[in-house]
Amino acid sequence: MLLGRVIGTVVPAVVVDELSATPLLWVQPLDRDGRAKGEPLVCADGTRMAGPGQVIYWVASREAALTLEPSFVPVDDAIVGLVDEVRLYPADDFR
Amino acid sequence: MILGRITGSVVSTIHHPVVDGRKLLVAERLDSDGQPTGGYVIAIDAIGAGKGETVLILDEGNGARQILDDADAPVRSVVVGVVDAVELEKS
Repeated sequence: MLLGRVIGTVVPAVVVDELSATPLLWVQPLDRDGRAKGEPLVCADGTRMAGPGQVIYWVASREAALTLEPSFVPVDDAIVGLVDEVRLYPADDFR
Repeated sequence: MILGRITGSVVSTIHHPVVDGRKLLVAERLDSDGQPTGGYVIAIDAIGAGKGETVLILDEGNGARQILDDADAPVRSVVVGVVDAVELEKS
């Protein structure tokens, strides 16, 4: 799983039936310090509670589809949870 | 599996049920010399790994679901071991 920030919503006009009730969000992947890293992607929202500005963690591939019910859906990136806080230990503590 | 070092944790109240009661760790990825590669991963803790420890991280979905004993777990990365030493044969 990786960190990301929701930067927008996607409203499809036509989707396959399995995704008709699934929120789709634009997500900017982040590095562990919260800086943008890589290209934005569209994630299905397994929590159904994320919105723009929210920091989340997401998963790709088969595991993404498993966040949804039913889980046999054509999804390859999905939000698993919302981040309240990332606690990074000071590097001096162990280097 | 990959080598990592625990550099932090993630606090999450709203999440998929599989995360309930489990700890999410931030691990930086390490190369075979133990140096950070620049990458990281958020992994579920299966063994009680802690701050600064070098760990073995399973980064594959099917194995992760077996360890978590949940056939529908949307999880790929699980901390499955603490590494004492890595020995490399120098060529």
